[in-house]
Amino acid sequence: MEISDFIKNFSNQFDDTESEVFMPNTTYKDLDEWSSLTALAVINMINKKYNVNINNDELKSTSSIQELFDLVQSKQ
Amino acid sequence: MNPFSLEDKTIFVTGATSGIGKAIAIECSKMAANLIVTGRSQDKLLDTFNHLVNNDTTNHLQLLADLSDDKDLIKLINELPELDGIVLNAGIVKDILTKLSDKTDVLNVFSINTFAPIYIVQLLLQQRKIKKNGSIVFISSISGTSCGYIGGSIYGSSKAALLGFIKALALEVAPRNIRVNSISPGMIETNLLKSTSLSAEQIKNDRESYPLKRYGLPEDVAYAAVYLLSNASSWMTGSNLLLDGGFTLK
Repeated sequence: MEISDFIKNFSNQFDDTESEVFMPNTTYKDLDEWSSLTALAVINMINKKYNVNINNDELKSTSSIQELFDLVQSKQ
Repeated sequence: MNPFSLEDKTIFVTGATSGIGKAIAIECSKMAANLIVTGRSQDKLLDTFNHLVNNDTTNHLQLLADLSDDKDLIKLINELPELDGIVLNAGIVKDILTKLSDKTDVLNVFSINTFAPIYIVQLLLQQRKIKKNGSIVFISSISGTSCGYIGGSIYGSSKAALLGFIKALALEVAPRNIRVNSISPGMIETNLLKSTSLSAEQIKNDRESYPLKRYGLPEDVAYAAVYLLSNASSWMTGSNLLLDGGFTLK
């Protein structure tokens, strides 16, 4: 599991945010496009691409993409 | 600009080879839309294409596809440009008593009437082919949503499922200002009538039972579709437009 692929999959859940915005240290919850809808899209993406189930509370415990990546990796 | 105009809108219509789909394609072309029509029969598709206003290939496109074939369906979606409007109309009718039907009957009807339109929307969203402010129109039916008829349990449930689908879909695409609505027509004068189990006499009596004393015409549905595709309906989403000559009032 590579952080670069994870960032690509993560950024694919956004329609309007430029892809350059997405970095390991990006605080994704501060993005204008972050919403309950994108949160669900990210949870679904993690399940489909990494076969890992995370719930909303777990998602909320992370703030950067790197932290989320680490969480997913720890659950694989 | 006329709020009902479809000028500069690219509209994709499934099941455009006959009946309601053909009328929708033609009426949309009269409202200045660019059409992409699809269907299973090459000859019938060409006939629809030839009936479109401004029917040259710079304005409109015809794509042959069998929506019950996943490979065909994926190829079709890959060929589509970005869309302003989508009309999911392709459907089949099969009248069979529940106790005489089996899983194959269910799958055959659902595969065209329910699974294909859902699958099309999934792919269009994944490929980002629905433009902001776009409009998706599902053709449902009064059967299964407002009433039933003997032998119509599978058909009715395949059409009613669409209404369930659009309720959540409308919420999911609302942030992009994409609207999702359905039309539920009563009986329409199309060739599908021939695939019902009704006799000519029964059809005549059934027609008379409509308060407006006639079945609908494909154009009646097409005008409703034009409305839902146009900016005139820009505050309407998640709705089902009942269009039945008063049939379900009784």
